[in-house]
Amino acid sequence: MICVENISKSFNGRAVLRDVSLEMQEGETLAIIGRSGSGKSVLMKHAIGLLQPDKGRVLVDGIDIGRISYRELRTVRRQFGVLFQGGALFDSMSAFDNVAFPIRTFTDSTEQQVRDRVLRCLDLVNLSDVGTKRPSELSGGMIKRVALARAVALEPRYILYDEPTSGLDPHTSTTINNLIKGLADQLDVTSIVVTHDMRSVLSIAHRVAFIHRTRMHWVGDIDALHRSEDRTLRAFVKANEYAIGHPAQAYS
Amino acid sequence: MAALEQRLIRPLYSLGRYALLLSKGFTSLGHFSVYRKNLIVQCGRVGIDSIPIVALAAAFSGAVTTVQTAYQLVSPFIPPSVIGAVVVPSLILELGAVVTGFILAGRVGARIAAELGTMRVTEQIDALEAMGLNSIGYLIVPRIMAGIIMFPVLYVTAVLVGVGGGLAAAVATDVVSTGEFIRGARENYLVFGPMFGLIKSFVFGFVITSISCYMGYYTEGGAEGVGRSTTQAAVISCVYILLSDLVLALVLL
Ligand SMILES: Nc1ncnc2c1ncn2[C@@H]1O[C@H](COP(=O)(O)OP(=O)(O)O)[C@@H](O)[C@H]1O
Ligand SMILES: [Mg+2]
Repeated sequence: MICVENISKSFNGRAVLRDVSLEMQEGETLAIIGRSGSGKSVLMKHAIGLLQPDKGRVLVDGIDIGRISYRELRTVRRQFGVLFQGGALFDSMSAFDNVAFPIRTFTDSTEQQVRDRVLRCLDLVNLSDVGTKRPSELSGGMIKRVALARAVALEPRYILYDEPTSGLDPHTSTTINNLIKGLADQLDVTSIVVTHDMRSVLSIAHRVAFIHRTRMHWVGDIDALHRSEDRTLRAFVKANEYAIGHPAQAYS
Repeated sequence: MAALEQRLIRPLYSLGRYALLLSKGFTSLGHFSVYRKNLIVQCGRVGIDSIPIVALAAAFSGAVTTVQTAYQLVSPFIPPSVIGAVVVPSLILELGAVVTGFILAGRVGARIAAELGTMRVTEQIDALEAMGLNSIGYLIVPRIMAGIIMFPVLYVTAVLVGVGGGLAAAVATDVVSTGEFIRGARENYLVFGPMFGLIKSFVFGFVITSISCYMGYYTEGGAEGVGRSTTQAAVISCVYILLSDLVLALVLL
């Protein structure tokens, strides 16, 4: 279980998060929504200690990750798979080697075992013929899928997705949403999805956390989201439902 | 007041972060096997790939020093062997290392900063960290090691090629014969010279790679930030080459 407790974070004197708390239950899929620039990615990076809060703390399975050594933090991080916004594939390596990288680095697998595992992961994201290509030769959707294959290569307990469908066409978005759902069911992982794609939220999330004006404005499950009378939340949901498929939202 | 504070604190902050970067990189290294491949790749890029340009610059430095020494010194009262006596020690003591240093500050420094800077702004460094890898150890240690291993090799190359260039220029302009040139060089040979040059090149290798790694690793602000880091890496490396050159001369000579 991941617990974010009262964290505040500013950059260069400008507050991005103020007193934000959030609990992620084992096995659930939690969506973090909010306008672009509202601090969703910043919040996600706190969960694995890529950023340290100015105030507050983050507990992963009861361990305060701000108070452990760097070595211990790295051990904690190995339970996570992260899909970064732009994929963050290593551009010095082929797609195959990207997926193989965590396996080669953290397990004692033979090259045959590595191969089998990589192909299985690539199969999971419906890519089997891109292995030798470099990231620069892949489309945006393919990059995200390869990155997803890399994120799940070591069968993490937690998967963090940063805007998994942004910048993708509706068809590829649906594929990714199905993958996220499939992984959550098959691997029994806890997933956190940072997104503003309401269609994606409605199809994959159990619970939703809405960040607005640096605060955690609203948290609740999908039913509560539908029933909510909160005007800011309703406005956000509505705006983003209209925006689906609209090019202007692609990079926000 | 704020500006003054900025000026005083900023360098200290950078220095502290630089020291932390190095200590974090070198203290929590994992298995060498993770770094070995990277180290070999980096040695190729820092060292082998730089040989042509270093050799070219060294040949010209040797030739120019020879021609100028001949122009300034040679008269009926001074034997022509003095050219060898001036040119060879200059190359060994100063030019071999400094010329190589400047070239690598541009070539290797900019490359390292651009590579790491791009990895930073595209979240590749975050991705390494998120996997549970020590990104500093993985990315920076092999580059610095490659610098301190390959730089002395390049220095030796530069000196040899530089002496060759000097000799060729001397013979071509007919100011001194090969025999005289070599006799001058041998008579004025300092036993400590090559050692001093090697120490210098070792230090320069560290200075350039570590500063460029620092600039690249802490890049902020997209493509523009990468551009800024890249130029700064080259410029700041050059400044610190000059500074460390002076310090080493004061301490060791
Ligand atoms: N490393 C950083 N340094 C300075 N400012 C940052 C950094 N990371 C994020 N920010 C700022 O924090 C704010 C929130 O960013 P982010 O979490 O990326 O927004 P989003 O909700 O779109 O993911 C933005 O204004 C961004 O400029
Ligand atoms: Mg974001």
